[in-house]
Amino acid sequence: MAQASQPVGRRWTQRTLAPWLFLAPGMFMFTVYVLWPIVQSVTLSFYDWNGLYNRDGQFTGTFVGMGNYAELMTDPAFETSLWNNLKWLVLYMLALPIGLFIAIFLNQTVTGIRVYKSLFFFPFVISQVVVGLIFAWFYAPNFGLFYLLTESVFGKGTAILADPDLVTYGIIAAGLWPQIAYVMILYLTGLNNVAPDQVEAARLDGAKGWRMLWYVILPQLRPATFIAVIVTVIGALRSFDLVSIMTNGGPFGSSRVLSYYMFEMALGEYGFRMGYGAAIAVVLFAIMMIFISGFIWKMWRDEKER
Amino acid sequence: MVHTLKGALTLGAALLLSTAAFAQDKRVVTWNADYDPIPLAAAEALIADFEAANPEIDVVLTNFDHEAYKNAIRNFLTADAPDLANWYAANRMRPFVEAGLFADISDVWANNGLTESLASSVLSSTIDGKQYAIPYTYYQWGVYYSRDAYKAAGVDLPAEGGVTWDQFLANCEKFKAAGIDCVTTGSSALWPVAGIFDYISMRTNGYQFHSDLAAGKVSWTSPEVAAVFDNYAKLQPFVTENHAAIDWQDAAALLVQGKAANYVMGNFAVGVFKEGGMTNDNLGFMVFPEITPGIARAEEAPTDTIHLTSGAKNPEDAKTFLAYMASAEAQTKWNGAVGQLPTNKNASVDAADPFLTAGFNALSTATGGIAQFWDRDADAEYAKAGMEGFQQFLVQPDQRQAILDRLEQTRLRIYPQ
Amino acid sequence: MFPRPIQKSSAPAQWLYAVALPVALILWLFPLLGVALTSLRPASDLAQGNYFGMPSGIAWENYVFIFTQTPIGQYMVNSLWVTIPTVIGAVGLSLMTGFALAVYGFRANILVFFMFVAGNFVPYQILMVPVRDMTLQLGMYDTWYGLALFHIAFQTGFCTLFMRNFIKALPYELIEAARVEGVAEWRIFWFIVLPLMRPAIAALSVLVFTFIWNDFFWATVLTQGVDSQPITAGLSSLNGQWIAQWHLVSAGSILAALPPVVMFFLMQKHFIAGLTLGAVK
Repeated sequence: MAQASQPVGRRWTQRTLAPWLFLAPGMFMFTVYVLWPIVQSVTLSFYDWNGLYNRDGQFTGTFVGMGNYAELMTDPAFETSLWNNLKWLVLYMLALPIGLFIAIFLNQTVTGIRVYKSLFFFPFVISQVVVGLIFAWFYAPNFGLFYLLTESVFGKGTAILADPDLVTYGIIAAGLWPQIAYVMILYLTGLNNVAPDQVEAARLDGAKGWRMLWYVILPQLRPATFIAVIVTVIGALRSFDLVSIMTNGGPFGSSRVLSYYMFEMALGEYGFRMGYGAAIAVVLFAIMMIFISGFIWKMWRDEKER
Repeated sequence: MVHTLKGALTLGAALLLSTAAFAQDKRVVTWNADYDPIPLAAAEALIADFEAANPEIDVVLTNFDHEAYKNAIRNFLTADAPDLANWYAANRMRPFVEAGLFADISDVWANNGLTESLASSVLSSTIDGKQYAIPYTYYQWGVYYSRDAYKAAGVDLPAEGGVTWDQFLANCEKFKAAGIDCVTTGSSALWPVAGIFDYISMRTNGYQFHSDLAAGKVSWTSPEVAAVFDNYAKLQPFVTENHAAIDWQDAAALLVQGKAANYVMGNFAVGVFKEGGMTNDNLGFMVFPEITPGIARAEEAPTDTIHLTSGAKNPEDAKTFLAYMASAEAQTKWNGAVGQLPTNKNASVDAADPFLTAGFNALSTATGGIAQFWDRDADAEYAKAGMEGFQQFLVQPDQRQAILDRLEQTRLRIYPQ
Repeated sequence: MFPRPIQKSSAPAQWLYAVALPVALILWLFPLLGVALTSLRPASDLAQGNYFGMPSGIAWENYVFIFTQTPIGQYMVNSLWVTIPTVIGAVGLSLMTGFALAVYGFRANILVFFMFVAGNFVPYQILMVPVRDMTLQLGMYDTWYGLALFHIAFQTGFCTLFMRNFIKALPYELIEAARVEGVAEWRIFWFIVLPLMRPAIAALSVLVFTFIWNDFFWATVLTQGVDSQPITAGLSSLNGQWIAQWHLVSAGSILAALPPVVMFFLMQKHFIAGLTLGAVK
């Protein structure tokens, strides 16, 4: 490591001071905009506050202790959001096998394949707002392509965004589109780095198809899979944009997820319950922390191995 | 003098503009508003008249984008209050009143005899016995219908005073047979369903019931609510399918195209119907059908208001302007230009506009009372829970009990007994 | 190589693959193609219910309309005003933090590093109310710099992870040698490390550009009007006004998608290098 041989005196001072000077601006910004707000949100979750200050600029909230959390326990909208978040988490994982499948499909060296790869990656580059609008149009009642398709198959069109039982799946499908593209690119890079000699050796042993994929390729794709899981989990829990653009949580709140419900409670037209919103955010944060800790733990282990 | 800013603007820019105005030798009254172009022009005209009559006062209007304003007002009332601010009556102004951001203007009401001339709006302008708002305009809700659709389905056009509930439902059967939606709505923004529900509720049990229900005083498991939902259930099969995925303007297109016959809406929709190609010849208006015979007819007419802020720098002149906005003269002029109804009973409306005239008549004969609309009469959180229930019932009528139970739970939480 | 190269397969299999590729691509991009087509459809087509048939003409006027009759141009400019300072700020800050964390073995090193990494993953909602409130108090609500400052701070987390790992992979002997020569620490950073960082800077710049351009949540929370709203939030509010005018919604969507797409095609290699960081060792 760096300080293996430390000279004494002025140089020593410079070497201990330097990292902190380099860190200072970044850490300052990060503390002000990320770390401190987390503390503030947790504090705020124990208050009831409508977001207003009085004329003298004083905070008008009242302390309610665990009141907001107690309310969450009996709030059906919160329950719906939690369930939907779970659906998002589980179904978003479909991005892994589908992404891997497309990556394998595209991992060839025919002419023009590079262009194909980048075009397949396209959906990830565009904004979720645009993805949401595209799918809203796709699902639109009466003239949307999906509606017409179901109409021609079942004789009666399905307006997926008006159906409380299907709406969440419809939005998840929209979200999967860019997510699959992301996972695909991760696996394409991974496949590029699969050791060719091992593949050849396995081939000589008669391994092919599924067995080859399962026993030879997938173990080598582990780093790609790990990153793919991380970004997919984060993507699933951040599902704000699509819900907001496509349904605003409707019909009657059926497509709410925690991230949207929090926004609705805190800044929505009928919201401005900052404390309650903060409590929802704390729950979301706690869920995310499970995954963050896992990620950090693995990174820490890798660091130590080096 | 008027500052029109495209869209919303930063507080900084607003501040800059107001300070610029101080350079003149007049006493300045600042006013933050959220007008579309036509109402804005009407407000400019009013300001010009007012300044002509009060040459020592300069009213400076800063205009915001309508949607952005809902957010902006929460900021500027604390950070950089103008003298006057636009907002809405009833429960919508309550948070600002309770945070001490809107000022008590009971003296303006008392000194100008407003309890008399603005009689219909006293209740919605009052919190704890004090007045906090000057109502200057409202618009009626009711049933807008397509005469073409009525003809296509072979249904008799409604008479002048509307139809009865039984007749309305019987008509719906005929529309259904003809493949026309009897009642259309686009409820992706939720509030349109509240119009339908409010009317059924007021026609079933009267104004006081609506008011108590919105205030959390009535149990959702009461027989009165059950009666409302019974009637709501009768209408449910005739409402446009998939309304939950479309906006109210989309549904307006259905009325324009003759695919729907009736639309429970506010008068602002007339512009959209006419843009789509309807005219006074094929667009009709009637009051919502009578359900329980003998109940005094109440109507929905959401009121827009102006408020004096607690941070006002020039409250005296601002009050002079408020008194002017309450006058019959100012209200006749502004509402005439905008196509809405004055709240001052001494003001007059444009007789050439059949919808305004119908609205004016409907409201001035509404002996039951004037409701503000569900989401203004009810507390915000309660309002939202209610509207989700109303929408869900239209989509899943079989969930009635679950919806009512949930609403009752919400009520008991927000209004502990 | 996996799977087996198609060239080694039978002729029909090769032929099948050659057909399957374009077909799969068209299916994959179908929603996007539909929108692109709709954006060039005359309004009259939509009014007559011709949503998916041949357009009756190519309506460039849809694009002319949204540029002349709506503030979409302003929204795009606003997006640039937020995006470019964020790229510069976040890359600049993380060069320093990444350098500090990669080169110096002080005790809190790993702790600080994990703080940046963990912070990068927190849900936005836990920051929303305090950040919005602070931005308001500082008078930066509804300004490009209020939004950009937050983005700089937040993106520093991800960028630090990237930069630190990149610098770690540089030959450490270079720094050692310079120290022996008595070169000051900031000069090591400036003259030895920085010149080697070009690929990392390029990769992060395109990535951050795309992330920020596409951000919708913070645009909604920290801005509200035409004067400062970025394109994502602007498109969302225009969508509220363009009810049922799908030709306009489509044209707006295509415009909003264009800059990151162009950026991606120009800087593809860097983009993917940034995105797949850590996916392979």
